[in-house]
Amino acid sequence: MSNNKIEIRKLYKIFGPDPLPLIEKVNNGVGKDELLDKYQHVLGLSNINLDIPDQSLQVIMGLSGSGKSTLIRHINRLIEPTSGAMMVDGQDVLTLSQNELLEFRKNKTAMVFQKFALLPHKTVLQNVSFGLFIKKVDPAEAEKKSMYWIERVGLLGFENRYPQQLSGGMQQRVGLARALANDPDILLMDEAFSALDPLIRKDMQDILLELQSELKKTVVFITHDLDEALKIGDRIAILKDGCMDQEGDAVDILMSPKTDYVKKFVEDVNRSRVLKAKNIMQNVSEISKDLLDGQSLKVKADDVIEKFIDRVVTDKPNLVEVLGADGSAIGYLSPSRLAEILRK
Amino acid sequence: MAKETNFFFDFPTLPVEMIRAFKKSTDAAYKGFSREYGDLIESFFNPLLKFLVFWEKLLVGTPWLVIIGVVCAFAYFGTRSYKIVIGIILSFFFVGYMGMWQDMMESMGFIIVATIMSIGIGIPMGIWMSKSNRAQAVITPILDFMQTLPPFVYLIPVVMLLGIGKIPGLISVIVYAIPPMIRLTNLGIREVDREILEAADSFGATPSQKLRQVQFPLALPTIFAGVNQTIMMALAMVIIASMIGVKGLGQEVLRAITNQYFTLGMLNGLAIVILAIVFDRISQAYGKRIQKHRSGDAI
Repeated sequence: MSNNKIEIRKLYKIFGPDPLPLIEKVNNGVGKDELLDKYQHVLGLSNINLDIPDQSLQVIMGLSGSGKSTLIRHINRLIEPTSGAMMVDGQDVLTLSQNELLEFRKNKTAMVFQKFALLPHKTVLQNVSFGLFIKKVDPAEAEKKSMYWIERVGLLGFENRYPQQLSGGMQQRVGLARALANDPDILLMDEAFSALDPLIRKDMQDILLELQSELKKTVVFITHDLDEALKIGDRIAILKDGCMDQEGDAVDILMSPKTDYVKKFVEDVNRSRVLKAKNIMQNVSEISKDLLDGQSLKVKADDVIEKFIDRVVTDKPNLVEVLGADGSAIGYLSPSRLAEILRK
Repeated sequence: MAKETNFFFDFPTLPVEMIRAFKKSTDAAYKGFSREYGDLIESFFNPLLKFLVFWEKLLVGTPWLVIIGVVCAFAYFGTRSYKIVIGIILSFFFVGYMGMWQDMMESMGFIIVATIMSIGIGIPMGIWMSKSNRAQAVITPILDFMQTLPPFVYLIPVVMLLGIGKIPGLISVIVYAIPPMIRLTNLGIREVDREILEAADSFGATPSQKLRQVQFPLALPTIFAGVNQTIMMALAMVIIASMIGVKGLGQEVLRAITNQYFTLGMLNGLAIVILAIVFDRISQAYGKRIQKHRSGDAI
């Protein structure tokens, strides 16, 4: 048994009246534009394969039209694929009957939407408990659970307001609380923070990371913003025109972009602000003996390079020691490694 | 051939005898049908008649002070405006003082029953139409037909079938007033934001949960606009319905027309206007109250 929560296999989605025969054409290299011109079908997704480990935060990134929103809607089957498999906990979601699908959506997944998609005629409390209401959870218990999540996202005191009376950031907190109140294994976030101001967006990212470090859900997060992807993603998949361009962790994407498209994306990223010590640290075996004996600088695993680079320059340590949560060294960084990473 | 016909100036027609035969046989068939089934259909509508009579008796039999009190209470809870309440009291006193109270109560009962029936039939029809494109394709032209066919024309078969009286009057009013109810229910449900429906889907809502929790509540303001329109159209139809025996203000107007009593017509017409304004203000106010969540104000 692998520890993948979600396994996407050979997933195709072609929009149009008769898509099945066109899969072969797409496999033979017919692109998105040609498919539209010649066959009047729109290519949504083409041969997507992706493993999402349990309890990880998977970012799916791409520009508009790249198929990222289409892909996330296949996980809870809001969109039917043309062909392929979507395994969740070893079960193919695409073979579920209508009733099984409703049960799956009630218990396994919850979704947060770009434009919040709150129910305007219901109060914050009623919105947050919507999923529990659908599941027919006892009202008193549903209220207790909902109030807990309203408090966790910092909306205590607003539970009897209507969504229209809240700011965008607060509305999306309601959206997040509504998803979490359902206690799903999988949290699907479709450009959840894209509609928010930069400052509010940063707040929401921090809330999500804090909650995730405690809850350990499997999160699938869609975004078009590389900085956001690098900040929150354990792993990042980049989509272009319905095809998977590259998949990997932040370091893979930043240090070894595979295609021109990805290269263009990462060109302007400030690496020292994005990469954390734990992302780039080396094993003890990769470090030469004499460096280990010398004077070292101690940094935390979650510190970004920017936070300690000045001390590396002024103190000139032989080695940077990366400390884990318990204070012991979990990895090392040689100055030459740092220099290599910061060089473009 | 007695007369020279010109193809370009005289429209080619069926021979006169054939048209006459067609009309005759259709009328005869319909008459036969109504003779055969008229009683059966009448007994089918008997519960409706009882319902209508119940409302008329209730409104006519209740002391006028109580009626004014109830209407004012409705108006106040809907609008929270003393101006409208005072307006209602003054205008109702005017109607009563001019001796039209009982007629107005009969008309009011009639309108209330016609509206209840229109809502009761119209909302399920509208929901069905919103769920099925095929239903929409079939029902829309029927509604167009109902709305544009002159009411006098469909009075004829109704009267042939059921005779003169309250029920045929009520049916013709409902036929006239129900289309906006159906149309606006359909429209309101179809207009609900796609992303909100997707959210409901993503939580595993069944179609009926979606309808009750999301689509219907979000469509309510539009549906209420339909209720308001239906009431107004029912009121407009009151005079025509009086031609086939519906009592109330309409009958007085009809009497005024046939006898050229200008003042009588004017007064009863005014009473209908008053009734219309009262119904309109109250139903619109309730329509707005359902939308209170749409405002940014604290409630």
